[in-house]
Amino acid sequence: MSLEIRKIVTVVDETLTEMGREVSPAVRRAAALAVIANPFAGRYVEDLASLIDAGEELGKLLSERAVAALGVTGPDAQSYGKAALVGENGEMEHAAALLHPKMGASVRKTLGKGAALIPSSNKRGGPGAELDIPLGHKDAAYVRSHFDGMQVSINDAPRANEIVVAVAVTTGGRPLPRIGGLEAKDAKGEDGLR
Amino acid sequence: MPDVEVRKRVTIVEEIVHEGGPPAAKPLRRGAALAVIRNPYAGRYVEEIAPFMKDLEPLGVAMARDLVAALGGDPKMIEGYGKGAIVGSAGELEHGALWHVPGGYAMRAILGDAKAIVPSTKKVGAPGARLDVPVTHINASYVRSHFDAFEVGVADAPRADEILLALVMTTGPRVHARVGGLKAFEIKGQDGLR
Repeated sequence: MSLEIRKIVTVVDETLTEMGREVSPAVRRAAALAVIANPFAGRYVEDLASLIDAGEELGKLLSERAVAALGVTGPDAQSYGKAALVGENGEMEHAAALLHPKMGASVRKTLGKGAALIPSSNKRGGPGAELDIPLGHKDAAYVRSHFDGMQVSINDAPRANEIVVAVAVTTGGRPLPRIGGLEAKDAKGEDGLR
Repeated sequence: MPDVEVRKRVTIVEEIVHEGGPPAAKPLRRGAALAVIRNPYAGRYVEEIAPFMKDLEPLGVAMARDLVAALGGDPKMIEGYGKGAIVGSAGELEHGALWHVPGGYAMRAILGDAKAIVPSTKKVGAPGARLDVPVTHINASYVRSHFDAFEVGVADAPRADEILLALVMTTGPRVHARVGGLKAFEIKGQDGLR
């Protein structure tokens, strides 16, 4: 079963000031979202292999779109996250099939590296539902300044038999981080944690 | 003259392949450029606000230029447009009306001699409020295939003392336009209507 995409959406936000203070350099975050047909909507299907393969394809497509929207090269991206929003006739396991087995490898290919777990979230919802994509540093999950989240939504998706799949990448962490913890400059980036 | 203080900018691009019908040979692209600015008149009644329209022009031109770039880079590809504003709760609707002139000026500066009035909408709203920005053909308002709307919003804006400004552009008709009326290839493009 091939991947059927109805629509692709990219969102870029750039924060220049926060609480009246300049954010320098401005933090840019991009999310790329695909609205796909859910081949298993409305019935129980045991074998989810085609969605797992779709996840690999979408990992490449969406990470490339998000990096292009940021205007940087893959290795320059600092943090990342992924999420899926399943329309009402689907199950959470469909989101899991897309996100977990194969998507990570193709995202990492775009970014050059990515030692850390890609934080993820999933839910079921209707058109216009808000999806919060968790974000974490791509090479060291404990970098505290980069714990973040990006809210996305598409007013006409997902319809009942669709799934919205999202990948987000950034050029930085929160605008004015000041709660201590591991800093990006001190991260080794070998074990994916610190 | 108050400076324009930009907190955040957001770009949204949709690429629509189909909406349940035959896939488009060339997917429709629709996009929005948003800027979150401080409302210099928030919290009090100010009689003289009109000069701020001039101050907004450079920001508007930058937004229009960036939006064309996000949609592919060629101003000749742009066939529809619209604009809108959401005023934070410490402002008044009239502050949103300040966007009419500079928003239209900015898009014409980038798109050339677009004839049609730029359709617009505005409201007072809380952070995360959504705005359906109306869209029509850039040279002839009556082109029925290009009547459209694009929903925009930013999760954390506008705060009470902010204004969210929006410009919207599209690269063509609705993806499955088929309700007749004036067609884009039939227009004279002189009076901005037909």
